[in-house]
Amino acid sequence: MVSTMFPLTLTGARSARAGKTLVGPVDLTLGGQGVTVVIGPNGAGKTSFLRMLHGAARLSSGRIDWACPTPEAQQKQGFVFQRPVMLRRSVLENIIYPLRIKGVSRTEATRRAHEWAERVGLGDMLGRAAPVLSGGEQQKLALARALISSPELLFLDEPCAALDGRAMIDIEKILTDARAGGTRLIMSTHDMGQARRLADEVIFLVHGQALEHAPAAQFFQSPATAQGRAFLNGDIIA
Amino acid sequence: MKRVLTLVMALCLGTAVQATEVMKLAVTTSFHNSGLADILVPQIKADLDLEVQLLVVGTGQALKLGRSGDVDAILVHSKAAEERFVAEGFAPHRREIMYNDFVVIGPVADPAGAQGATSARQALQLIAANRADFVSRGDDSGTHKKEQQLWRDAGLDPQGFDGWYKPVGAGMGAALNTAAGLGAYVLADRASWLNFGNRGGLALLFSGDPVLFNQYAFLPVDAGRHPHVQSALAMQLEGWLTSDRAKALINGYEINGETLFTFNAAPKVQ
Amino acid sequence: MNDIWGGLTQAVWLVVTLDAELLEISLRSLQVSVSALIVASLIAMPLAAFLSVKRFRMRRAVIAVLNALMGLPPVVVGLVVYVLLSRSGPLGVLGLLFSPTAMIIAQVIIIVPLIASIAHQSLRDLWQEYHDLLISMNVTQRQKMATLLWDARRALLTAALAGFGRAIGEVGAIMVVGGNIDHATRVLTTAIALETGKGEFALALALGFVLIALAIAINLAIHWLGRTEREGAW
Repeated sequence: MVSTMFPLTLTGARSARAGKTLVGPVDLTLGGQGVTVVIGPNGAGKTSFLRMLHGAARLSSGRIDWACPTPEAQQKQGFVFQRPVMLRRSVLENIIYPLRIKGVSRTEATRRAHEWAERVGLGDMLGRAAPVLSGGEQQKLALARALISSPELLFLDEPCAALDGRAMIDIEKILTDARAGGTRLIMSTHDMGQARRLADEVIFLVHGQALEHAPAAQFFQSPATAQGRAFLNGDIIA
Repeated sequence: MKRVLTLVMALCLGTAVQATEVMKLAVTTSFHNSGLADILVPQIKADLDLEVQLLVVGTGQALKLGRSGDVDAILVHSKAAEERFVAEGFAPHRREIMYNDFVVIGPVADPAGAQGATSARQALQLIAANRADFVSRGDDSGTHKKEQQLWRDAGLDPQGFDGWYKPVGAGMGAALNTAAGLGAYVLADRASWLNFGNRGGLALLFSGDPVLFNQYAFLPVDAGRHPHVQSALAMQLEGWLTSDRAKALINGYEINGETLFTFNAAPKVQ
Repeated sequence: MNDIWGGLTQAVWLVVTLDAELLEISLRSLQVSVSALIVASLIAMPLAAFLSVKRFRMRRAVIAVLNALMGLPPVVVGLVVYVLLSRSGPLGVLGLLFSPTAMIIAQVIIIVPLIASIAHQSLRDLWQEYHDLLISMNVTQRQKMATLLWDARRALLTAALAGFGRAIGEVGAIMVVGGNIDHATRVLTTAIALETGKGEFALALALGFVLIALAIAINLAIHWLGRTEREGAW
């Protein structure tokens, strides 16, 4: 699958709230393939960065240019939150929701929902109320719900924060499958192991600035900045 | 969604279905409280196949309803106001039907000694002189207007009364309830008094003075002013109310063996 | 105390003998208040959803006005509707004054602010929860509103019940616009006012007990329906 959305170019892109800069200004260009992992110390602006790219946070200055018109690009992307938002409905109703609002028939949506529920391991929970699922199950549901409408690009904000090892393995499996299927992934994580396992390229964010943007192997072997080296060493970056 | 809308429509339309001949008559609370309406209305329905819907309000509001054309006729008891109503062209004429009388009600102990009065005038003067609690309707109703007139006839001005005089701004029943609660004097029509269930320590203390007579009159609303009013039905009703049939029912109506109303309709429109 | 006991026994007597007049005014009470509830909900719920999802300049003012209107004295509403529907008023040609329809209109005006305010509170909370997700899915305004209304339906039921309670227990407005006409616009509350005026406290209390019983029955029935619905869906 060749994405029509990329390359994505950021030019002095900055997002602020109440006069305080959350992230940026950032200048970089992202290509159309693989998994980009955004890393950096707490408070570096990883979430704000993803939200700004997604269009959920207002751009205060600078530009974000997709290869296609922005509204069209926004139709083709999904977002999975650190704390999954569960609609107060059954698991099935949650998964078919994005298809239903796009006008897909209930029969067709239900068929595809069964398929995705199987794929993420929720096949026997379709009738349960989503808000009472465990954290891991909720995140799997959020992934199925995001992937069912075949987005070209999926943002994930710390998708495995606060999950146990078993759930993390399952979710990373879903993500590598999605990548193999051609879905472009841009995700943040504070887990260096996960970053090494999943990343094709890395964006290293400190104080809202993209200090490094490099292929994963290059960043992890020889970071270009002193902060990058310190971060990989596990030092505190103030 | 469709089902809900259908239900709403059904409920709303359901309310619009009514019998063929229906008219609205505004009557005073005192008339309605007498219970006479419960005798007359079914008989009218039987004789004329006419459903008379009663709006029970004070005389002031009844006249207002007539002015706005919201009722087809009114049956009230406040001669001066009625004559003004006719003069202003809201009704083609005023037809007297019957009268009852007002009575002075008060606590059994009668601290003002109203029981010994020889006239309504004296009874009121005694109450005022003793500054005994007095509940006034205070609602611009026929009864209220009558009460105001009686005070003036007694040479007193209700405007100048202080604490003991309590205008409650309510109907006859509510005023009686208040008087019962306070152990106060109150002017009531005999019918409301006889039908009143919550007498407490109250008793009838004075009655019989001709100035206390209370004339009821029927006024059809002028169709020239309000073309939608059911003039023909109002005429039919007026004819019935002044008939011998009505005379027998009105004169024969009793509560606890007491006659309440005296039929005095003239044979034809004055 | 005597009156209360008398009222209770009389209420029981009226109910077991299926008193025709009681049945008539009870049904009319239900008809008027249920109609008013349905119409008011159809206005108030979408309004509440709209206020939850849409940011516009006068939004806070509208919400403040709605909250303030919750305390609107019914008599004032009655008077305004009366003046509008009077033959001499702007809507006089409709001939609706002193009809159950007029009573429904007055009750709708009284309970829309109440239902909308209560509904808005729960919808606003739910919107905070859903906001990021629905925005990320590019959901249209209409779909946002529909999603909130559907997922908050149990809270909305509470709002509706509050509205129903206020409607069926209301007397000031419907007395003015309905006129308390026997066999036409007399309902439980206006009948109670009438009997109180006549000093018939026991009968008035009896009707009051019937009214309370009716309100409780409706509430229980709706909660029971709500529960079966929950078991069915999940």
